[in-house]
Amino acid sequence: MAGPPLLELDRLSTHYIAAQGARVVRAVDGVSLRVEAGETLGIVGESGSGKSTLALTLLRVLPPAARIVGGRMLLDGEDLVQKTEPEMQDIRGKKIAMILQDPMASLNPLFTIGNQVAEPIRVHEHETRRTAWQRARALLNAVRIPSPEARVKQYPHEMSGGMRQRIVGAIGISCEPRLLIADEPTTSLDLTIQAQYLNLLRELQRQHGLALIFITHNLGIVAKMCDQLAVMYAGRVVESGPVSRIFNAPVHPYTKALLNAIPRMDDPDRRLNAIEGQPPNLAALPPGCSFAPRCALAMPRCREAAPPEFTPEPGRTAHCWLAEPAAAAGRLIVSGAV
Amino acid sequence: MSIPAEIARRSSPLAAVRKVRMRDYPVIPLAILGIVTLVAIFANQLAPHNPEVGILTARFKPPFWQHGGSTEYLLGTDQLGRDVLSRLIFGARISMVVGFTAVIFAGALGTFLGILSGYLGGWVDQVVMRLTDTWLALPALTFAIFLAAIVGPSMWNIVIILGVTYWTRYARVIRGEVLALKEREFVRLAIVAGCSKWTIMRHHILPNVINSAIVLGSLMLGVVIIAEATLSFLGVGVPPPQPAWGLMLSDGKQGLMVGYWWLTVFPGLGIMLLVLSANLLGDWLRVKLDPQLRQL
Amino acid sequence: MSDYVTRQIDGGAPRSPPATAARAMPALLHLLHLPMTRFVVRRTAYALLSLFLLSLTIFFFVRVTGDPAMLLVEPGASPDDIAAIHHQFGLDRPLWVQYWLFMSSLFHGDLGQSFYYQTPVMGLYLSRLPNSIELAAAAMLFSLVIGIPAGILAAVNVGRFWDSIGKLFTLLGLSMPSFWVGLLMILLFSVYLGWLPSSGAGTPWHLIMPAFALGWYFAAAHMRLTRSSMLEVLGSEYIKLARIKGLPQTLVIAKHAFKNALIPVLTLAGINLVLMINVAVVVETVFAWPGIGRLLYEGIAFRDFPVVQGVVIMGGAMIVTVNLLIDIVYALIDPRIRLGS
Repeated sequence: MAGPPLLELDRLSTHYIAAQGARVVRAVDGVSLRVEAGETLGIVGESGSGKSTLALTLLRVLPPAARIVGGRMLLDGEDLVQKTEPEMQDIRGKKIAMILQDPMASLNPLFTIGNQVAEPIRVHEHETRRTAWQRARALLNAVRIPSPEARVKQYPHEMSGGMRQRIVGAIGISCEPRLLIADEPTTSLDLTIQAQYLNLLRELQRQHGLALIFITHNLGIVAKMCDQLAVMYAGRVVESGPVSRIFNAPVHPYTKALLNAIPRMDDPDRRLNAIEGQPPNLAALPPGCSFAPRCALAMPRCREAAPPEFTPEPGRTAHCWLAEPAAAAGRLIVSGAV
Repeated sequence: MSIPAEIARRSSPLAAVRKVRMRDYPVIPLAILGIVTLVAIFANQLAPHNPEVGILTARFKPPFWQHGGSTEYLLGTDQLGRDVLSRLIFGARISMVVGFTAVIFAGALGTFLGILSGYLGGWVDQVVMRLTDTWLALPALTFAIFLAAIVGPSMWNIVIILGVTYWTRYARVIRGEVLALKEREFVRLAIVAGCSKWTIMRHHILPNVINSAIVLGSLMLGVVIIAEATLSFLGVGVPPPQPAWGLMLSDGKQGLMVGYWWLTVFPGLGIMLLVLSANLLGDWLRVKLDPQLRQL
Repeated sequence: MSDYVTRQIDGGAPRSPPATAARAMPALLHLLHLPMTRFVVRRTAYALLSLFLLSLTIFFFVRVTGDPAMLLVEPGASPDDIAAIHHQFGLDRPLWVQYWLFMSSLFHGDLGQSFYYQTPVMGLYLSRLPNSIELAAAAMLFSLVIGIPAGILAAVNVGRFWDSIGKLFTLLGLSMPSFWVGLLMILLFSVYLGWLPSSGAGTPWHLIMPAFALGWYFAAAHMRLTRSSMLEVLGSEYIKLARIKGLPQTLVIAKHAFKNALIPVLTLAGINLVLMINVAVVVETVFAWPGIGRLLYEGIAFRDFPVVQGVVIMGGAMIVTVNLLIDIVYALIDPRIRLGS
């Protein structure tokens, strides 16, 4: 892990701001993360925890009401927050690419597949139409679309959902980006196609040395795909670190609860624990730790002060008072109790 | 993404504008409508001259600030020497009376048929909806002109014609709402409790669609006022010598080519201000009373 | 909305029978069970029903609201004269016979004789139609040239300055009667500036003001639809993807959003073109433009009843037919409408 990481987020915050500034929604709040080249980071959390806003922040394609209000995001040491819009246009699709949630809606119904796959190649690499289309056919081949020669001339509605998702994937890797963000790319696919697609992504990652940010609420996929994991709650990363370490010894009660909510094949009798309470209202977060109202282990101080970042072990972080070094002794007992 | 998208939608600047308008009353449109209403009611007291009788020797006098004008006729006179200001004042009465009664008539007819059609369904629904389709096949204005041409010009004929022409818009919207209401719990309870169809329609359905009918009515007011002006302009509306604004514009054509601008500008301004206020008020009511109708 | 409902009902109806059964059936019957054929048959039947009700309405209103003969004769005519006219126009026969004669001549393209011109109404109508089409086409062009860019500008700047200007423009468009706009233009461009002819037809100069006055309202309508349609498209996933690809904003809007946003606008424009032909009566009156609107006005002014009736029937028929064609074309393009899914 020598040298600077590919991507480093430093206390990044994106808020939704109403017109008169009356209501502020802290969708992303002080997020710090690192992604090394070729590595896969999984980001998990409930709907509305700020995962998708974080992804859109990385590309700076936020809706008009959202603003990046603080922090830095360094790509190869260059701060993307400071870039101008034309500079960002050169980065989007070229250095950072993204795959959206809904493959059925992500392709423009009025243009051919070839046109849409070749488009970023023409814009970013100024290739001729001919060369760009040649590369588009090669890309379709790479994502296992049969007979790409014919498919490039077809329109999105002539393809199945799985095929469209692979085409969106092909668009993502068309300019050989360093980082690919996948925002729940498999939620709308059925299980077999899901597995195929995940394998495909992994293969592409190996071939192109891509770093991957995988946004999902499915911890099973995280276990299969990711090296690193970041758990988001109410706009913050509450716990991060290597997947295997977090799965074996979660620190934050929220992470534990999430892991407890996974059904397991090897232990069908185990009770599934749903997380009690309401998901947080991002416009009116409680003082202190935002998970405290739902936390079984909440202490008085949790409701008074938000926990800072602790380092329970090298390479891991946790925002929880239980991870405070002084409390670490007690933590072992507590985790046994859960 | 779902929650941030929702937040983004709610916190867009447009939503803020909407919120401000929800809180504050639409002052200017209300003021204009209020003034026009007062003018219409007290036309007899306000008008300086008889609107229907002129002095031929005082024809085509310009407004007072122009050369040749006098404060006797503030906004000038027309081709028969009638005072434009007085005609405008009495014209407001005609526009308001025709506008409101026609809208209420169309609203009552359309709401009644819409409720019958939506609640009873079956052949009643089929008949009403086919009728609505046919009515809507013709441009409303052409149909109104056709009717006006055969029944002959009179103010109350125009009210009936406009009512008969524009009821379809209410019928369609109200029918749609009734279809949704029919599935609601309280209506089902009323059925179980043994209420008659008539009682249910009157006591359970009607109060729940009246808001939509009011919103539609406020939006239709502008349409109907323009329609009346158009019919009068074409000579099949309010008959002369009554001072309808559309009729004034039609008369004003005679002086247009020689530059008697006041005969064309003032009545048109009256129509525009009134319709503009009605539209603004309608938009406001739509947001205020019935969020479901925002798409209309 | 009823279209929507019928489509929903279509979707609920049983689909075409299995292919094996269909093959066994006679070819025509098979065709009848194809969803598209059934859709066309149903829509056509509704259109014919509409036309039938329309003819019935017009016939009914003419006979019930007054004696057409009274429109023909001078006030104070003798009862004998009136009876003679009744006999001449068949008004002394039973109502259903009258309706039958009325319908059968309609089917032969006979709209009756004009009282004033003493020539067939159909001939008059057809001689004026090209002028109306010319005016409507020019007004449509104007309304699209103004409405579409203004709508896009408003959508791209939603909630900001240009959007507010656009809103004001829409409000004025809906609040200013077209004949007043026409009169004001005559005042400005013909009387004061002397640039444009105030009435008549013949040169492109004659076309400018009527087209503007007629297109004014529609420009506002087209702008409003372009704005909302553009907003919907701009919020779509494929526009998000286009931005994520790193395309410049101009390309995102001009290529990806524009084409999609235009489809509903052009559909409305198609319907509006037919509407323009039929509602131009006031504008044609103001500018003495010799189209069918002017014919209608003359019919009213000269108490030429067959002309009024003929223009109205032709207008209704034109609109019903175009609506039917649009429905069918839509079903051909979009299988979801056809199958109601």
